[in-house]
Amino acid sequence: MTAYDLFLISPLLALAALAMLVIVVDLLTRRTGLLVGVSFVGLAAPAALSVWQLVSLSGSGQSELMAEGSVVLYTLSIDRFALFFNFLILAAVGLVVLVSNDYVRRIERLQGEYFGLMLLSATGMMLMVAADELITMYIALELTTLPLAALAAFLPNGRSSEAGMKFLIIGAISSALMLYGMALIYGLTGSTRLEEIAVALAAGSSSGLIPFGSMAALLAVVLLLAGFGFKMSAAPFQMWVPDVYQGAPTPMVAFLSVASKAAAFALVLRVFYIGFDALGGDWWVLLAGLAALSMTIGNLVAISQRNINRLFGYSTIAHAGYLLVGVAAIATAGGEEAGFGPSSVLFYLTAYTAANLTAFFAITCIETRINSSEIADYAGMLRRAPFPAIALALALIALIGLPPTGVFIAKIHIFAAAINTGESLMTWLVIIGVVNSVISAYYYLRVIRVMFLQPAIHTERLRASWPVNVALGVAALCMLWLGVAPGAVLDAAERAVVVLVAGG
Amino acid sequence: MATGFTGLLTVTVFLPAVAALLLGVGAVRGDRNIRWFAAVVAAADLVLSVIVFVSFRPGGDQFQLVDRFDWISVETMHASYLLGVDGISAPLVMLTGLLGLCAVFVSFHISHRVREYFIWLFVLQTAVLGVFTALDFLLFFLFWEIELVPMYLLISTWGAGRREYSAMKFLIFTILGSAFMLVAILAVFVSSGVDSFNMTSLLEPGGALDATRAALPMGLLFWLFFIAFAVKLPTWPVHTWLPDAHTDAPTAGSVMLAGVMLKMGGYGLLRVNASMFPEQLQTYALPVVALGVISVLYGAVVTLRQTDLKRLIAYSSVSHMGLVLLGLGSVAAVGGALSDAGLTGAAMQLFTHGTITGLLFVAVGILYEKTHTRHIPDLGGLANRMPVVATAFLVAGAASLGLPALSGFVSELLVFFGGFRAFPALTILAVLGIILAAGYILWMLQRTLFGPRPSRWDDLSDASPVELVPVVLLVVSIVAVGVYPAWLTDVFRDGLEPIVNGYNAGIAGVGR
Repeated sequence: MTAYDLFLISPLLALAALAMLVIVVDLLTRRTGLLVGVSFVGLAAPAALSVWQLVSLSGSGQSELMAEGSVVLYTLSIDRFALFFNFLILAAVGLVVLVSNDYVRRIERLQGEYFGLMLLSATGMMLMVAADELITMYIALELTTLPLAALAAFLPNGRSSEAGMKFLIIGAISSALMLYGMALIYGLTGSTRLEEIAVALAAGSSSGLIPFGSMAALLAVVLLLAGFGFKMSAAPFQMWVPDVYQGAPTPMVAFLSVASKAAAFALVLRVFYIGFDALGGDWWVLLAGLAALSMTIGNLVAISQRNINRLFGYSTIAHAGYLLVGVAAIATAGGEEAGFGPSSVLFYLTAYTAANLTAFFAITCIETRINSSEIADYAGMLRRAPFPAIALALALIALIGLPPTGVFIAKIHIFAAAINTGESLMTWLVIIGVVNSVISAYYYLRVIRVMFLQPAIHTERLRASWPVNVALGVAALCMLWLGVAPGAVLDAAERAVVVLVAGG
Repeated sequence: MATGFTGLLTVTVFLPAVAALLLGVGAVRGDRNIRWFAAVVAAADLVLSVIVFVSFRPGGDQFQLVDRFDWISVETMHASYLLGVDGISAPLVMLTGLLGLCAVFVSFHISHRVREYFIWLFVLQTAVLGVFTALDFLLFFLFWEIELVPMYLLISTWGAGRREYSAMKFLIFTILGSAFMLVAILAVFVSSGVDSFNMTSLLEPGGALDATRAALPMGLLFWLFFIAFAVKLPTWPVHTWLPDAHTDAPTAGSVMLAGVMLKMGGYGLLRVNASMFPEQLQTYALPVVALGVISVLYGAVVTLRQTDLKRLIAYSSVSHMGLVLLGLGSVAAVGGALSDAGLTGAAMQLFTHGTITGLLFVAVGILYEKTHTRHIPDLGGLANRMPVVATAFLVAGAASLGLPALSGFVSELLVFFGGFRAFPALTILAVLGIILAAGYILWMLQRTLFGPRPSRWDDLSDASPVELVPVVLLVVSIVAVGVYPAWLTDVFRDGLEPIVNGYNAGIAGVGR
């Protein structure tokens, strides 16, 4: 292990150290404001180290950091792709820390643990997006999931315990399935490294009759997808989503719904585009099927929801579906446009992060004060809490995929990538996607209607502390900025996915 | 390819949005001040839109007053902020400015959430102006979608009756239509060969839209676009949202809806279907015209049975907008000297129907404000109590049924000229619809304005000076087009020339 290795994993180390520091600070002082401050300011360290890595990347003129004899680089790829997600995850966790300022006051005794666990989970996510070796991936997934399971059960009520339990048990089952899939892959290819797996699969995939070349490979891919599907919250692995979203602390749900999803999609892109590159002709059909299922189930069930957190639970399932459209859009043309699908996924994840954080921050603001997450209790919210209500309305408009928000551009990009593949099946998928967007307009707008049109039952104004308002404002501005001037992020996304498609 | 940055269109399009922003941050306070602020902004925007119309030079470049800069420029996607007007859009921009001002003046009586009301009205106006001027598909679609939200809120908050149902119905129909359009736009984008959403490069003769590398069959693309625009127009059988939305919308909502938003559908048909898919339009001319004629007749027959003034006007709109399809389809089937008559008529119909229906809704709005009813059997003999409103009704009604010297006559005549050469039988059927129009309009006027007056209407007052402004503006524009249509038809013909030339060349090619 060299000093260079330490440099490569320094953002991870810094974040893990920050998590410990927060718990120690909590032991000493027990002041919420200080905890929020330390957690937020401390994030500057991993962020700065990530920037340093990015600068060294640009200096080396390559898309991936490399060194002779590095131990770390046997299991991790520190490349533009990983760094893109590092910044996304750090931004999300930073904003969630700020917005927790009011909310955590209801969990008097465990505030240090709350922030510590959240930062640890973020560490796991940053490991996950860089992992290019199966065992590292597994460890990263567990490091991400276990703190979140604990966080889900943080509130002293039955629903929260149920949420934690469900998340833990279904998470355990899905990792077991995934582990089995990984074992099969190892048995089939003799390696746990994605690059070597790709080489072995390319050599072996000659028999054209069975999908994926062999039944073992088919089973392995399906099992792996089951594990990833849990993290992506894609149907049919979505059962835990509504209950966890309803029971768990809302800021944690915000974090779960964006950062965890983003990390999972990063993993899926890496595994499928690098490891299973040779089988590309087969797995995109599988992913397209999951996409159609997720979009449809998520949107149809969301229609009848009365609880805003459950509604967003189903909405996030639907968005996993839209994202899978982009993953499935593996360009058959190759060449310059090969990165169209993956880059659209990266941009969608960024835009979705901004929109969903805005929505959940607004919900957190409101829920902290009225202690309810029933949509009916949002009546007249425009008068009671104008800023969160307008921000939530904008976020809902964004999630429908309407301009002027980032998700609008992202949806167009993802669907364009799908049509660009030239497969008629993908065109049908796009049609399913746009019809689903129409369905989603109905239930998203219903929330706006309640907030804007129905008279308020109570009239007192709801106020939030300034860190909460700042977090909400920043998220909302990002959401609009991505819709008006998406160029910079789109460009970054395209450069980030070069490592995935360089071979194609 | 159009380049440059003039700025005039940008200012025209975004002036209402800036005003909405100013209202939103509370720069203007007090209901009275907000109303007059809105009136000043709308008047300024009308002046700007008239300047746009006047500075458009027929015979010059196809697209003028272009504003352009790169908006999204990455490897996989190029979209630009590209605004410009041609002969088709310049009159529609002016129409939007005109009706925007009328919408503000008919809204002076609104007292519920005044600030929000004008914010949404202005956002709506920016979106509609954007649709008419955007020459980049992504931008076009963006404006097309933005328009949904303010209209939804205008109907559901300030409407009447089953307003929430109507608002949602409007939204679902339109968004479903635009979902089809999105698929088609994306397919055009990936088949353009230049990774660009730029419409002007697709519109050039033999443009980049190449059937051989289209991601979807060209016929399918044609129909995907057609459905999106037909919902907006609206055409039978996707018209059912219109009567509900019109009936329950506030007056200004109805004015904007009938006056300019339906025109977005007609504009889309001209800009996209007729211009980019000439061969497909030629192939499918018969079904397109048939849909149009069904709309004309169905709309007219249903209109006869209406007892609600707004519903009556709404169904008459379905009938009148059917003529746009007749004119559109006729171009594909004729060549030679008169080949542009039908198309020019269709475009003229967009403008004239906008002013006529706008005026009808303004008149109904004023009437409803005084009587609180739109139920025709409750009314009667109002002419000598409300002479101004009655005059507005009479002018709009006469124009609507196609009386010569008023604007409706011009557009309908042109459509029938074009249509008769191409589809004589169907055109004769459509003319029947116009005869029915005379029936329902005159009957409506007679039952509302003349005859015995129920005693409770004895002390009705006439339109106030504020309400007089839109009436005068619209009456003047209706008469001006009717008496001397050339100032408008020349501009439209200039815009339609590339399309017509394309068809004539195509027909000559077939003849060889």
